[in-house]
Amino acid sequence: MLLECDRISKRFGGVHAVAEVDLAVAPGQVFGLIGPNGAGKTTLVNLISGHLRIDAGAIRFAGADVTRLAPHALTARGLARTFQGVRLFKGLTAVENVLVGRHARMRSDVLRRLWPRGAPDRRDRERAALLLERLGLTRPQALAGELAYGDQRRLEIARALASEPRLLILDEPAAGMNPVESARLRELMRALVAEGLTIVLIEHDVRLVMGTCERVAVVNFGRKIAEGTPVEIQASPIVREAYLGSEDAA
Amino acid sequence: MDALGEFFRVYQTTIGVIGINALLALSVWITLYAGQLTLGNAAFMAIGAYGAALLGMRVGVSFPLGLVLGAGLSAALALPLGLAVFRLRGVYLAIATIGFGEVVRVVLLTLPFTGKALGLNGIPPLTELWHIYLSLAVVAYVLWRVQGSTVGRAWAAIREDEIAAASQGIAIRRYKLAAFVAGAAIAAWAGGLSAHLNFSIEPGDFGFTRAVQILVYAVVGGTPSVAGPILGASLLTALPEILRPLREYRDIFAGLILMGVIIYLPRGLVTLAELRKTRRLQEIGAADVA
Repeated sequence: MLLECDRISKRFGGVHAVAEVDLAVAPGQVFGLIGPNGAGKTTLVNLISGHLRIDAGAIRFAGADVTRLAPHALTARGLARTFQGVRLFKGLTAVENVLVGRHARMRSDVLRRLWPRGAPDRRDRERAALLLERLGLTRPQALAGELAYGDQRRLEIARALASEPRLLILDEPAAGMNPVESARLRELMRALVAEGLTIVLIEHDVRLVMGTCERVAVVNFGRKIAEGTPVEIQASPIVREAYLGSEDAA
Repeated sequence: MDALGEFFRVYQTTIGVIGINALLALSVWITLYAGQLTLGNAAFMAIGAYGAALLGMRVGVSFPLGLVLGAGLSAALALPLGLAVFRLRGVYLAIATIGFGEVVRVVLLTLPFTGKALGLNGIPPLTELWHIYLSLAVVAYVLWRVQGSTVGRAWAAIREDEIAAASQGIAIRRYKLAAFVAGAAIAAWAGGLSAHLNFSIEPGDFGFTRAVQILVYAVVGGTPSVAGPILGASLLTALPEILRPLREYRDIFAGLILMGVIIYLPRGLVTLAELRKTRRLQEIGAADVA
């Protein structure tokens, strides 16, 4: 397993945002994480990426215990993520955003830069340009904050890919995308997985999840209530209840 | 004597002070560029000034070594202080660093060997204009090159979005600390130069007013580029001289100019060129529509 969560929990005051969740993501698959609004999906991602400190349980990534690691250390080990609602460096250009994304793969070039004509990051800039091209972004010098929303989403994916991750966590990447963009995203995910990347896809759009994922886990009220293939999940009465409300209540 | 020589002779002190203020503005620019509001640089300047002066006068350390040791001492103090205060952000961080400034000031007022409220007098005037401007040139060049490096980009990323920056593999604390320590060393260097320029220093020179002044130089000049703080410090230091004909009204006008710049050029004087370019683009755009 590339990523294993062992009974991980997080409380905010009296609320169990995430309660004893087990996850096991095998390499080379797209793993879907779905659940109603406020189910704890994003909290779960923040625990995995190190942005939130875990209360109980353990996380293993690529065979090593990473439970207490800070986000930057996880990125260095090959975990990259995007954020729900996009968090770009808006005052930096598109290509600079991608270069920041390469930070974990670049050696500090401060000393080499003291030489007036030194441009030690030329190869990194070339790679960044290629990534932008791959994501269909045509304005590398535009400020990230000035890009259209769909472009911002794709730029965030380019930035995440720049760190050459083994696992990419996409937090609602299709939100605000039109059907054409959404279909292109699906193609991109397939291509990336074919190249050996593993993806955890957090999505609201059940159809996108069902169409791309090999395995799907469903969370509700901070607990994992089901896991299986997309077909199994769609057939599960528990999942239907979570999404549509129980029949008793209705 | 030619006119230029005369000008330099008359305004020598002002020219020196401009260079020192530009160094101070650059010292706070580093943390501002990383998105951190710190107001401890007047205190670091004091540490450099007292350090260089005392080491020179009491211990007999040479002038350049005194500058180096003052900057080193300041950086050595900035490191643990930074570890403590960078748990905080925004206004809280600013207030914590103001607190540090007050502690330094009171310590200088109390210690037996710092001259207490009278400060130090008779500091040998060893600072030449070229010392100041060579320092400024080196610091400005290095910071300009750092801006485009992995470190400069990391600082910018932290400023833009700290959480996202952490996800790009940037060790946030370490980069904030590096900015803070570098700023402390530069401020102390400027302090050492100013002590040997003015031949007397007292704790009151390095209080809260001084800290705010340094910040204002950098912000009015503009933080997007290294040129900003230099421009801001030069203009605001020279302004009282330029406005001298207005006599008792000059502080009022200096204040009004400051307000005008901040209101109309919130990102600083360096964005003036940028602003004109956008205006022209807008005009061209408007012409196209018409």
